[in-house]
Amino acid sequence: MTTQTILDVKGLSTTFARGNSALKAVRDVSFSVREGEVLGLVGESGSGKSVTLRSLLGLSRRYGKVSGEVRWMGQDILSLPERKLRPIRGGEIAMIFQEPMTSLNPLLTVGVQLTETLKAHTDLGRAARRDRAIEMLDHVGIPDPASRLDAYPHQFSGGMRQRVMIAIALAAEPKLLLADEPTTALDVTIQAQILDLILSLADEMNMGVILVTHDLGVVAQTCENVAVMYAGRIVEQGPVRQVLRAPRHPYTEGLMRSVPQDVPPRTQLYSVPGTPPGLDALPTGCAFAPRCQNVKDICRTERPPLAAISTARLAACFNPVCNSMEASR
Amino acid sequence: MTDTAVSAPEGRETRLRIALRKPGFLLGIAIIGFSTILAVFPEAFAPYDPNFIDYNAVKQPPSSAHPFGTDMLGRDSLSRVISAYTVNMQMAFLATVFAMLIGVVVGALVGYYRGIADIIFGRLVDAIITFPFLVLVIAVVAVLGPGLTNMYIAITLVGWVYYARLMRAEVIAQMGNDYAAAGIVMGYSDRRIIFRHLLPNAITPVVVYWMTDMALAILLGSSLGYLGLGAQPPQAEWGVLIAEGRNFITTAWWLSLMPGIAIVLTGLGFSLIGDGLADLLRPRG
Repeated sequence: MTTQTILDVKGLSTTFARGNSALKAVRDVSFSVREGEVLGLVGESGSGKSVTLRSLLGLSRRYGKVSGEVRWMGQDILSLPERKLRPIRGGEIAMIFQEPMTSLNPLLTVGVQLTETLKAHTDLGRAARRDRAIEMLDHVGIPDPASRLDAYPHQFSGGMRQRVMIAIALAAEPKLLLADEPTTALDVTIQAQILDLILSLADEMNMGVILVTHDLGVVAQTCENVAVMYAGRIVEQGPVRQVLRAPRHPYTEGLMRSVPQDVPPRTQLYSVPGTPPGLDALPTGCAFAPRCQNVKDICRTERPPLAAISTARLAACFNPVCNSMEASR
Repeated sequence: MTDTAVSAPEGRETRLRIALRKPGFLLGIAIIGFSTILAVFPEAFAPYDPNFIDYNAVKQPPSSAHPFGTDMLGRDSLSRVISAYTVNMQMAFLATVFAMLIGVVVGALVGYYRGIADIIFGRLVDAIITFPFLVLVIAVVAVLGPGLTNMYIAITLVGWVYYARLMRAEVIAQMGNDYAAAGIVMGYSDRRIIFRHLLPNAITPVVVYWMTDMALAILLGSSLGYLGLGAQPPQAEWGVLIAEGRNFITTAWWLSLMPGIAIVLTGLGFSLIGDGLADLLRPRG
């Protein structure tokens, strides 16, 4: 595929001040998204995946320092002032959140919140906005959309609220959707529906998606490419099928092994030993070294760079896994 | 998909009904409602002209002709307490409403933007709050000169800080909800996010505090009246009335007691309403 790259992130770092110390939540993260591509951003809690997403649209700079380069259609949007960012936010890049319970304003009807986006980003008239809002609600699978327009968020179930949120985000037909764990707060049956909805709409609108999640199953089902984050850095990156089938970074391998597969009942499930390091006390060398089974001496003193290990694949490891996964399966 | 289509607009309506079932809230509404009527139409309820001097009936104890007795000039105490409702209810509103409006706007802006403005605001709040409220107000009135208008200005100058502090905290808490972040990433203007999204969600504690503050304003206004810094005699005002009765507290106790009861009752009314509103407006789940 030779589609156009729409988002190009280079050396993105986000640092929050805490007292006198600095918490580096995101360190030197680079990736790009092509038109219509679905990119997965995976990692455990605190790995920096949500902050990365929030930094792209300038949400993090309210609370911390963001450096690096975020090129949207060739324009560096990281340095844009708020006012110039506004047409891009919601109009070209939209975002949906993890908690459908709090991501809608409880005091306004969903109709008001839907038409608000249209008002900000289109020049549709009042009646046209309402028609479009009904159309969007119908599109995301809300039954009886015309009458639901005047309902308040608390009158919807969690899954329905997430659908409304998607309708709001996509109303202005953005080119890229940032989805911050959109299905984590929903139960499993609804999760699949919401993911299918996002993917089918993305496909229909030729919209790129960055999907942040900690669920490898979701990534396997939905994404073309995946970036695995650990302690604020991308440790492995590549096409989903290759990365998940034959992970090279020991952390990715650990994540894969943590997903229970064909295990008999009542057996101990695998988990990566240890806990992620605190962001204010990162070890010198590889951040994963203290938990790593393939650790070598150099890992403790020097940080492995993210380097190409084959075409289209990157990993940051001095001693990568030699595809033992396939053999053990 | 199990999505229950709730057609009836539940929530607010049922809450209102539940709140109205509470005797305290109802009593508060009754007290303040009646107080407001007294404040608007004092002549309709006062049996005598509050400023009519009758030297033949000086310091008479409560009787059927004068239920609250008469003062040292023979004026009817009941009529004076009733006519004071106008000033005192006006005080409850005017001394607080501007402080509330300024505080809400400043608090919302500071809570949304944070940064340098927030730090300066924090120091200012610390500086003002370390002084006792009454002392600061007296200092401002001393500069501006006594009188009702200056008293309102003084109370507003000091009082907005409390509203702003409350509003700031609440806006910061609301910012933690994703709808605020969603508003930003949808590309809405700051003004829209602050005043349309954050403010209505953050206003509840301020409204509740406002009710309590109205009670406090009456108390404060009466205190200043008592000290001669607020309403000036012969204007009937509860604090002034209590001050007038001070010299006769052993011989004509009713002169200070009756306006005192009026203060307590009105204050109770506002507090009960505040309490009921807190239940009524508590955010829905």
